[in-house]
Amino acid sequence: MSENQFTNPVIKWIDHRLPVFTFMRHETHEYPTPKNLNYFWNFGSLAGIALVVMIVTGITLSMSYTAHVDYAFDSVERIMRDVNHGWLLRYIHMNGASFFFIVVFIHIFRGLYYGSYKAPRELLWILGVVILLLMMATAFMGYVLPWGQMSFWGATVITNLFSAIPLVGESIVSWLWGGFSVDNPTLNRFFSLHFLLPFVIVGVVVLHLFALHRFGSNNPLGIDTKGPQDTLPFHPYYTIKDFFGLSVFLTIFAAAVFFFPNFMGHPDNYIPANALQTPAHIVPEWYFLPFYAILRAVPDKLGGVLAMFGAIAVLFVLPWLDRSPVRSGRFRPVFKIFFWLLLADCVLLGYIGAKPPEGMYVIVGRLATIWYFVHFLIILPVLSVVETPRPLPQSISSPVFGGSGSMTGAAAAPKEKV
Amino acid sequence: MKRFFVSAAVLLFSLPALAAGAGDVTIKHGDWSFAGPLGSFDKAAMQRGLQVYREVCSGCHGLRYIAFRNLADLGYNEDEIKAIAADYEVEDGPNDEGEMFMRKAVPADRFPSPYPNENAARAANNGAYPPDLSLLYKARPNGADYLYSLLTSYTDAPSDVKVPEGMYYNAAYAGHLIAMPQPLYGGDVSYADGADSSVDAIASDLVNFLAWTAEPGLEKRKRTGVAVMVFLILLSGLSYGAMRFIWADVKK
Repeated sequence: MSENQFTNPVIKWIDHRLPVFTFMRHETHEYPTPKNLNYFWNFGSLAGIALVVMIVTGITLSMSYTAHVDYAFDSVERIMRDVNHGWLLRYIHMNGASFFFIVVFIHIFRGLYYGSYKAPRELLWILGVVILLLMMATAFMGYVLPWGQMSFWGATVITNLFSAIPLVGESIVSWLWGGFSVDNPTLNRFFSLHFLLPFVIVGVVVLHLFALHRFGSNNPLGIDTKGPQDTLPFHPYYTIKDFFGLSVFLTIFAAAVFFFPNFMGHPDNYIPANALQTPAHIVPEWYFLPFYAILRAVPDKLGGVLAMFGAIAVLFVLPWLDRSPVRSGRFRPVFKIFFWLLLADCVLLGYIGAKPPEGMYVIVGRLATIWYFVHFLIILPVLSVVETPRPLPQSISSPVFGGSGSMTGAAAAPKEKV
Repeated sequence: MKRFFVSAAVLLFSLPALAAGAGDVTIKHGDWSFAGPLGSFDKAAMQRGLQVYREVCSGCHGLRYIAFRNLADLGYNEDEIKAIAADYEVEDGPNDEGEMFMRKAVPADRFPSPYPNENAARAANNGAYPPDLSLLYKARPNGADYLYSLLTSYTDAPSDVKVPEGMYYNAAYAGHLIAMPQPLYGGDVSYADGADSSVDAIASDLVNFLAWTAEPGLEKRKRTGVAVMVFLILLSGLSYGAMRFIWADVKK
């Protein structure tokens, strides 16, 4: 390894022994990033920042929170009323969960549209799905901590899902609860895990970034970068773009925190948990509604649980379901239509999840659930074979269909070799 | 790509509509000073609301998250707060003999609950439990309008509805049959400032007070929010300019 190029003697000395500065320079200044990324590529860094915001506010909140069924609700109210800026910390944490999911959902749909899950980024994608699962577990357990009515009944409904497992279901549920109902042991372990899992997420995020930096970002054209003319150093070009995106994100986030802090919450969670009184409608937080709809769409309990987990499971194998060598939906006219249908389907599932399971809602919920799986298990594999993609541009920097000689090359190789 | 945002926005903004759907209840809409991004509390109304709570509601309903010291938010000074607290007795102890004893409340104490426990409350109220009022405004959808409607919507039941013994008909309550007897009839309190004491006016004063008990930090939150928004919008503008400046030499 050649001598480092730092001029500051202290940095030079440290870097010679512990090359963190070389590492940082390599991963930011030299890290080549496609120059054509659009604003949808902002959401990765936004998700990372949302995670940090959640951890910082969460640790601070935990200093004033009491994980006990008799004190949890009151301790949250004490945070809201008597802890200095406790209301701000809690509202940031509470709305931060929603915004974290908004950002991550956009990040995921960006990956779906531009084929970011395809070779050689399959593991990057799978690590992302792992992060989503961890986030869902963390958010679910966090929602239980204030010990309001929705906390308690949400926890009861979701933990009861495991009773659908044949033979050992009931034992598993008792084991999860630490007793024979959702009670103090449940609250204690949920608090413990809610504190732990975010750091597990940090670990997987590091792997996610590690995998990302192996081949660099995908881009809206979905073609590989061909050389320096196609790329920009991450810093300062994308640091400033991410910073701008962050400013806009924080503006919207602050509007929610300061002016509509309870908009995305449920009023019932300001009623202390009561095991003897079931709320009229038990609804999960909005970000779980599509999965909740899938769960309820299947008339069989075990089937519903399998379908719900299956909805995530298909994402793990997505890189092998969609075999089309063209990444970006921009060059896949049929795929593009189905992408928007899938997005509409997910929104519809979210709507159904918020509705009581009766009448038309059941039928629509079932059709939407079927469509979700049809999209991944049938449409994508079939499209990979039958769809004729539009010709790909030769490179990011060359005009897409300009009159230059590169045109022939692009036409001759409609499917990019990856 | 715009459809992406549109769909997300539709999902986001249809949620409260989804959450509502409480059936055939009639909700009246009030004009609340604390609503809106720049809303603030009406201190005179809150003081009147406190009086309503003390003279009407507190017979059955607690206010456990509110300490007398918090009443400074309503515009009372220290002596006035001490005087209000001194009207209440709270249990303290154990003393040196190991006995619990009653003493006059001080500003650090919270409003004592009217019943020692839920069972006592139910026993005294025909099996119904009068909920603590501190958080009610946040614990009901559309809290201010709902509480206002509930307090002003006691009517005679339609001829086809049979009202059981110990229940009352209320057009704003889900299912219409409520265990709470009509609490306000107009003229229930006599205000020192000579304000209107019709049912609507008293109910409105009480809602002003209860919005504060549920969200005492509301004014501070909204004022901080305005400053934060101004800062972030300026930051967004500046960072956009910086981005354009840095990206100026990049060929598409």
